Amino acid sequence: MSVNPAFEAARPAPQAVLGGRSLRFREWLEREAVFSWIMLTPPLLFLVAFLGYPFLYGVYLGFVNRQVAQASIFVGLGNFDKLWNDPIFWQAVWNTFKFTGAATVLKLAGGLGMALVMHQNFRLKGVTRAVLLLPFIVPTVLSTVAWQWIFDPGMGLINRVLVFSGLVTQGPSWLGNPTLAMVSVILVNTWRGLPFFGITILAGLQTIPTELMETATIDGAGSWGRFRYVTLPLLMPVIFIVTTFSIIFTFFDFQLVYVLTGGGPANATHLMATYAYSISMGGGQLGLGSAAALAMVPVLGIVLLLMSSYVRRA
Amino acid sequence: MVGELTWNRRLLGLWLPLTALIVFALFPFAWMAATSLKANAELYDPKSNPLWVQHPSLVHYIGLIRESNFLLWIVNTMLVALVATLLSLVLGVMLAYPLARMRFPASGLLAISVAVAYLVPQTLLFVPMADLINRMKLGDSLSAVMLTYPTLLVPFSAWLLIGYFKTVPKELEEAALIDGASRWRAMTRVILPLCTPGFLSAGIFAFTLSQNEFLYALLFLNTSTIRTVPVGITGELIRGDAFYWGQLMAAAFLGSLPVVLIYSFFVKYYVAGLTAGSVKG
Repeated sequence: MSVNPAFEAARPAPQAVLGGRSLRFREWLEREAVFSWIMLTPPLLFLVAFLGYPFLYGVYLGFVNRQVAQASIFVGLGNFDKLWNDPIFWQAVWNTFKFTGAATVLKLAGGLGMALVMHQNFRLKGVTRAVLLLPFIVPTVLSTVAWQWIFDPGMGLINRVLVFSGLVTQGPSWLGNPTLAMVSVILVNTWRGLPFFGITILAGLQTIPTELMETATIDGAGSWGRFRYVTLPLLMPVIFIVTTFSIIFTFFDFQLVYVLTGGGPANATHLMATYAYSISMGGGQLGLGSAAALAMVPVLGIVLLLMSSYVRRA
Repeated sequence: MVGELTWNRRLLGLWLPLTALIVFALFPFAWMAATSLKANAELYDPKSNPLWVQHPSLVHYIGLIRESNFLLWIVNTMLVALVATLLSLVLGVMLAYPLARMRFPASGLLAISVAVAYLVPQTLLFVPMADLINRMKLGDSLSAVMLTYPTLLVPFSAWLLIGYFKTVPKELEEAALIDGASRWRAMTRVILPLCTPGFLSAGIFAFTLSQNEFLYALLFLNTSTIRTVPVGITGELIRGDAFYWGQLMAAAFLGSLPVVLIYSFFVKYYVAGLTAGSVKG
């Protein structure tokens, strides 16, 4: 908002009682840039101290050998070299891709379905929306502990239902088998993140003017045609943003896996985040752990670049 | 005939999928509640109905409150979430107001930095942050998490508030300035009161995120009496390989209640906050 001279002239003249110096100080305070920077300084200092500095310090740590309570020794690319030759690290990278890829596809498909179902008229729609969002609201650790109990091999809900239905005599060990553990972790992440997709895409759907649908119907489009050629193209921006957000947060996910499997069995569900945690906090190697965390940045950068270039072409 | 047809369509297109979605979303909570209300004899009886409670019992709730610091964890979680949310709102306003309503050098660059800061994940920062907090001698205190949570919340709040501040016409501010108000008064008396929905959105969002936070709490809260609910549960109620499911589910259920209750009063604002970035952008 720039102030034009005419407008400035319309302001009442400052009272003559005030001394010249404090008057000039007040005028100086009223200048747009000065006022802005006085407001901005405290939050920026906070963000620099607690976000910018730790980030740069983390980059530095990635290049040193630092054990807990010991001085750092500069090792250049030594940490990254160690990770490059660490099969568990590569497994964690691969796991992170599988986890993020599968969970994102499931959340997107399910969320689109949820949005389309919710985009109809029915009673108690507001309450339903609030209820469907609950998995996203309840603290992840608490719902994940409940899921751990659902997956319990002996008395967990899933195996008891399986046994009761007569499909099996003894249910599998969901979190003890490497493949099933990955499936379980993906399932829980999907359960938690689905409402985010569903409710956001629903909000996008509600912005599509009904006239467009009517026109398409008059032009002879069936419900699939309307969805494919009217709804979907108009939803693309929302879908793109939600998916990007979700990929970032899923890619860096920590708490779900930490609580549900701890990365096990035999590292089968270790993500880059949980592995970085176990190296630095479990193993006390802050430098190596920091390097493992930093390694996520270029990997994620490539994923996002590929995605945006694909979308631009499409 | 026609009525029957639309009824079938309603059933297949709305009621069946809607029921499936609701069941999928809620069954873990039902299972949580059912488990927490069963004494061990019924809980571990393979012949009992897992989703039905035959002999309701509060034994796990009583045990939880007697044997652990659970009530303290609830108080800590609330206190931390409240302080972190208020701090984030104040800093968020200070960041968002000039970016949304003023013109000054480097404002474009700053706005982009705020968006980028929102996307910097905790996972990337926790190692250096742990080191930093220890050097500030803040380790093992509630202030450690009260100071670190806003790093996640400030960029988000600012981003959301920029959107709200932009919707207020600048003529209002100009009118206040012409009437002799200082910029500060124009902001606090004219513009900010008009943006209450924005504060509610950012506030309820920041509050639920604080309740959800786990990594920093895990790093910084080691003493049992200062723990938050998530760290308390994973750190103390899961003892070795033995799982006390009754108590765990009682804790998970009780721990979820406050945030769910508060959320239920502000659903509208929560949804507005959730969808603001993606639908407008």
